[in-house]
Amino acid sequence: MSKRTDLSSILVIGSGPIVIGQACEFDYSGTQACRVLRREGYRVTLVNSNPATIMTDPEFADRTYLEPLTPESVLSVIERERPDALLPTIGGQTGLNVSVALAESGDLDRMGVELIGASIETIHRAEDRSGFKEAMTKAGLDVPRAGIAHTLEEALQLGHQLGFPVIVRPSFTLGGGGSGFASSHGELEGLARRSLEASPVSEVLVEESIAGWKEFELEVMRDHADNAVIVCSIENVDPMGVHTGDSVTVAPQQTLTDREYQAMRDDAIACLRAIGVETGGSNVQFAVDPQTGRRVLIEMNPRVSRSSALASKATGFPIAKIAALLAVGYRLDEIRNDITGATPASFEPTLDYVVVKIPRFAFEKFPEADARLTSTMKSVGEVMAIGGTFKEAWGKAWRGLERSGADLGATYATAHDDVLGALRDGTEWRFHLMDRAFAAGHSVDEVAAASAIDPWFVDQLAQVFERAEGLAGATAPSVGRETLLGAKRVGLSDARIARATGSTERAIRDRRDQFGVAPVFKSVDTCGGEFPARTPYLYSTYDEESEVEPASRPRVVILGAGPNRIGQGIEFDYACVHAAFALEVAGFESVMVNSNPETVSTDYDTSSRLYFEPLSAEDVVAVCRAERPAGVIAQFGGQTPLELARTLQDAGFPILGTSPDAIDLAEDRGRFAELLREMDIPAPPHGEARTIDEARIVARRIGYPVVVRPSYVLGGRAMEIVYDDDELETFVRTAAEASRAHPVLVDRFLEGAIEVDVDAVCDGVDVFIGAVMEHIEEAGVHSGDSSCQIPPATLSDEELDRIEDITRRLARRIGVVGLLNLQLAVKDEKIWVLEANPRASRTVPFVSKVIGVSLAKVATLVLAGRTLAELAADDVLPADPGHYRRLPFTAVKAAVLPFGRFPGVDTVLGPEMRSTGEVMGIDADPGAALAKAMVAAGHALPTSGTVFVSVANRDKRAIVFPAKRLADLGFALLATTGTAGVLRRAGIPVEPVAKVSEAPQTGAESGPRSGRESGTRNVAELIRAGRIDLVINTPFGRGPRTDGYHIRTAAAAAGV
Amino acid sequence: MTAPAALLALEDGTVFRGSGFGAEGESFGEAVFNTGMAGYQEVLTDPSYAGQIVTMTAPQQGNYGMHADQAESGAIQVAAFAVTEASRRSSSPRADSTLPEALLAAGVVAIEGIDTRKLTRRIREVGAMRAAVSTRDLDPTSLVARVRETGGMAGADLARTVTTAAPYEAGALVGPADRARGRVWRIAAFDFGIKRNILRMLAAAGLDATVFPAETPAADVAAGGFDGVLLSNGPGDPAATSYGVAAVRELLGRLPLFGICLGHQLLGLALGGRTFKMPFGHRGVNQPVRDTRTGEVRITSHNHGFAVDPAGWERDPDGTVRTAFGRVEVSHRNLNDDTIEGLRCLDVPAFSVQYHPEAAPGPHDAAGLFPEFRELIEQQTGSGGSSSELASGSPRMEGP
Ligand SMILES: Nc1ncnc2c1ncn2[C@@H]1O[C@H](COP(=O)(O)OP(=O)(O)O)[C@@H](O)[C@H]1O
Ligand SMILES: Nc1ncnc2c1ncn2[C@@H]1O[C@H](COP(=O)(O)OP(=O)(O)O)[C@@H](O)[C@H]1O
Ligand SMILES: [Mg+2]
Ligand SMILES: [Mg+2]
Repeated sequence: MSKRTDLSSILVIGSGPIVIGQACEFDYSGTQACRVLRREGYRVTLVNSNPATIMTDPEFADRTYLEPLTPESVLSVIERERPDALLPTIGGQTGLNVSVALAESGDLDRMGVELIGASIETIHRAEDRSGFKEAMTKAGLDVPRAGIAHTLEEALQLGHQLGFPVIVRPSFTLGGGGSGFASSHGELEGLARRSLEASPVSEVLVEESIAGWKEFELEVMRDHADNAVIVCSIENVDPMGVHTGDSVTVAPQQTLTDREYQAMRDDAIACLRAIGVETGGSNVQFAVDPQTGRRVLIEMNPRVSRSSALASKATGFPIAKIAALLAVGYRLDEIRNDITGATPASFEPTLDYVVVKIPRFAFEKFPEADARLTSTMKSVGEVMAIGGTFKEAWGKAWRGLERSGADLGATYATAHDDVLGALRDGTEWRFHLMDRAFAAGHSVDEVAAASAIDPWFVDQLAQVFERAEGLAGATAPSVGRETLLGAKRVGLSDARIARATGSTERAIRDRRDQFGVAPVFKSVDTCGGEFPARTPYLYSTYDEESEVEPASRPRVVILGAGPNRIGQGIEFDYACVHAAFALEVAGFESVMVNSNPETVSTDYDTSSRLYFEPLSAEDVVAVCRAERPAGVIAQFGGQTPLELARTLQDAGFPILGTSPDAIDLAEDRGRFAELLREMDIPAPPHGEARTIDEARIVARRIGYPVVVRPSYVLGGRAMEIVYDDDELETFVRTAAEASRAHPVLVDRFLEGAIEVDVDAVCDGVDVFIGAVMEHIEEAGVHSGDSSCQIPPATLSDEELDRIEDITRRLARRIGVVGLLNLQLAVKDEKIWVLEANPRASRTVPFVSKVIGVSLAKVATLVLAGRTLAELAADDVLPADPGHYRRLPFTAVKAAVLPFGRFPGVDTVLGPEMRSTGEVMGIDADPGAALAKAMVAAGHALPTSGTVFVSVANRDKRAIVFPAKRLADLGFALLATTGTAGVLRRAGIPVEPVAKVSEAPQTGAESGPRSGRESGTRNVAELIRAGRIDLVINTPFGRGPRTDGYHIRTAAAAAGV
Repeated sequence: MTAPAALLALEDGTVFRGSGFGAEGESFGEAVFNTGMAGYQEVLTDPSYAGQIVTMTAPQQGNYGMHADQAESGAIQVAAFAVTEASRRSSSPRADSTLPEALLAAGVVAIEGIDTRKLTRRIREVGAMRAAVSTRDLDPTSLVARVRETGGMAGADLARTVTTAAPYEAGALVGPADRARGRVWRIAAFDFGIKRNILRMLAAAGLDATVFPAETPAADVAAGGFDGVLLSNGPGDPAATSYGVAAVRELLGRLPLFGICLGHQLLGLALGGRTFKMPFGHRGVNQPVRDTRTGEVRITSHNHGFAVDPAGWERDPDGTVRTAFGRVEVSHRNLNDDTIEGLRCLDVPAFSVQYHPEAAPGPHDAAGLFPEFRELIEQQTGSGGSSSELASGSPRMEGP
């Protein structure tokens, strides 16, 4: 064995909050790495600021620091822990960048810490786009023509040299941030400026555009003895020009000949050697000209990546785990393949199925954003599906996407009357448009040419389309066995068949049952069936032989959370994983069902059995039929499984814990309001309206401001606060017009209220309060976007007692067994209930970490039949019922928002959630805890410089004291005229600047110092010029034409 | 045109119902599975698959069509082809035909729409079986009964059926040998079912091959003034390929030898070893093989159902084998099941590998064996300083 024995402790760096381009795949990789390193006997120290991760649970590392991922804070951990080595390659770009900073500052050398897995030279060669090109050319590999620019002039010159169109990509960014295409001098000017700003080193690569070529990725592992294997090939269905993260991708590659593929394999390995990746996993990206077959190398990442998480799930080859073992000296042939148990890891997995990944977008949350798919990644999550063929996997992936109204086959309207033209635009709806094109009689070749998608894929989709068309005219009672089987084999969902036959999903399922048309389950075994698989990792397919083994213990099915989206992310995976662990302890076999490849729950060794399946009714029912579970847990995966609970119960599978009817009681706003009234618990007055007139009457009765939302959407979608009749009218017209069938819900908006979250577990009798969290932002900012803290900052014990009391009463009355999340608002001494969620909430991991009790575990044990009294007796619960109020520290959770990705999107927070992830700061001092959370979220506040203030009239009084304090601390203040007037009257030195809507002033009013400049340029320009360090703005109205909007978007773009 | 119904029957009685997508008719052979994901064209045209009904574990085949320049021989060699789904359309604009078109033109029977993983698992559990694919006999009982009447692969001498009728110059097929390495050496290649890529790789290593029919007597080759001999891959039971074993025995020690696959098995037999039929063989492009001298692991391309038996010889304590031709070491091992993957004679110039260094399909990890063969020739023929040294150090042996 070549394992290193000269190391005893290793520091692992996580990836921090979830942002676009860097999601929970790094929790998965970090968890794997920490686990295996500990198993190998190393002492593992972990730094990660993201509390929603499994890896930051106490059992995964010897020491865990929930600290910001900045060089300073990691250095202080190093000083404390004195590790022998640092593993920089499993924490995404963030982990890599922090490690590079520490290596370059000499701190690692000084502290005697060795970088393992990748050397600093290697990282540089791979990450620095010019160094990379040079190394590749030297190794004889083909790359697109390009040049490096550090100034706008250089960039423009390169554009002309290379010939338009060109692509511009900043160095050291992730997810294609700041990149884009330019097809003229004018376009390049704007793009290059933005791109230079986006690069931390002001360096961009200007490159010939090869948009439209085919894009591929290979996942390569190499050990220190130079053994190299390709774990997986991934083909992008979308052409070059659409970021891989936003592309639909397929594994294994489908359209290259063996000769082309092997040549690509040679290049990938040559690339690793040239870059000097000695051990570990890397991702190498290629483009292939579809006409000539010419192949060029695009980039490589010398670390575990989003694609490697996908590759791990697609193949059963645990890349992160093996990368960690290679980093500590093992060779590939010394590591066993867990799945077969008999063969070594030095092999290339072979797939006897097809895997499709589809990204999930959230453009509806950012209506002003450009919805075209480009080289900048915009998706917020992804779903993966495994099928017997591409078509089957394709259909499964689309239904796994859980995008209501947007499943494939739904008619999609386009403004273009020219479908092919619309296809060229390449939006999220490109595949819906393809069906329209087929329907209009366009050929596979025409569609392929318009979309730049390989004709093989287009033909596959045409086959699916033909099947779906073939159903038209059939009716549910008449559709025959062969037709049904044929439809299922090409991946058509029951829902789509139902739509085509004018029937219901349920009726189609019954019809299938009648004919015995049901899927079988097959294993993912890394070897195409050559060796028996020991690990039950299964997927469904319409074929002959099923491979589900009988179980020795009773099984419990856990329904996962599906793809990450805004509002439902890694937090829910956290709860599911804990449920799996707890079930094992309680003597059950845990059966996980999930479709999100980025997660720990879809790791084959998290649960006893893993079904990689969409969380849709037909698929989940099929799993339950195969497993015959003792019960199903639907309350941990967020909203998704909750909506499946009733279907499963009707299909004869017991839901553990809170019953579907109780779920409905809490979820149905009408029933819930009624319940609150009966129980005499205050709730904001509310009403429903179907027309503008009705809305006006309801709003007047309730009193402005009001919160309005269309009733059919969940998760704070399309919610708005309106202050008067005009705004109300606009809302009803624009947001709610679309669905006359659904009323608009109107609630009294509690202005200036403190928002409170509670997470609790109820066993039907007793209630355990995990914690009451106090939000820092007022109610009106979605709970997912606001910061909150434990212990509560300003709530009195008496108020907390009342909140706890309401929680207890409601839990019992609703009939909660398991987890309950309650959202309340405190205003004028009164406690109002906003909503109750009878399930795991976003804050479960945060609370669990803060109080040191895993709420998901407690809830799982309750679902398995234990009582809270028993758990208290076993010391699973803290003895002090008010434990969370008396912590020796304060913990703050803060949200991370994706505005930097969506230029032009208004950044005002509101009742619609838009954050992608969260961080936690913890400190004995509440102020320091908040500051840490802010730093971790990437919003380090400046400690000196210029502050710009512009607030709405209603806030002008409130700003006086903070402004004075800032002035006292030495900040220079700028303000818009109205605000400046108020501040001046209060005796605070301030300088007025022009709003964007005001004509530029000519220096007449200019003050002595920076006055000339600030007088002649409006505020947005000043922000873009980097003259302003902090912006304080409270909005008045929302919309692209307001000044506030210009100020905020400029600030977001400039990272202020 | 609707596809005809088709059956695939195994000798253990398992029957699969699907639809035909190549020629109509029926074909008998040994059912085997290949786990490579791309490379169907190379598989179909590899003469080592003669007499076999091949199923691919990867579900979709034919995606990029068929390309004339990527064939491994002049014909489709398999007895029949069985897949989950065949492509009706090719991705590549450079394709010459689709897969179904090529099979139809070649008159090869093919079946799609069957559970190929079930078929693979049957073969894994029971072993490679006699089988049939038919679009004519759709009665399972009858087809199974007829399968049971056919002969199996053990004892089958198939090289004779696929070899060239007359000697030919490889250059005519794959172009002239590369002169970049200096002198071009002339070698004789025994065609037991040779793949074209072996000829391409030889040419790239500056080795100009003349290809001989399988049953060419050793004396003819020895008299041809060649600098080395290549023993090719091929189908069937090596033990039944007795003429090949005899030829190798005669040439061992006279000329540098390089054996691939069947050629490796023939070398093993000529050295006095034994071969055996594996339960279901190795067919795929992902087999890890360790070089026992360097420890290096290569991912290699495989296609064999027989192997050299490690228990076939007496061994020295250090593992080397004593043979009539001097000492022999096991140079390569399969890391999955420890089977013998390579032999190297220490006292005569000969070596062989069970896997396919020419790949096609598969990774190029072992491509270095062709230049290694060239070096062996250079050492032997005394060009370059080292050859005389080696020649004097290991006297040539005349055979038993
Ligand atoms: N020369 C190019 N022409 C056209 N598109 C390109 C080019 N280079 C990169 N792209 C596109 O931009 C995307 C992002 O580029 P990449 O270098 O992979 O950056 P990232 O670090 O964000 O992954 C790629 O996935 C590809 O679709
Ligand atoms: N009546 C109200 N007064 C003040 N704020 C409210 C009111 N109703 C909802 N909100 C705000 O809107 C956010 C989202 O509303 P909520 O009902 O929790 O929807 P969701 O289902 O998206 O969680 C809350 O977190 C809160 O900040
Ligand atoms: Mg990339
Ligand atoms: Mg809420």
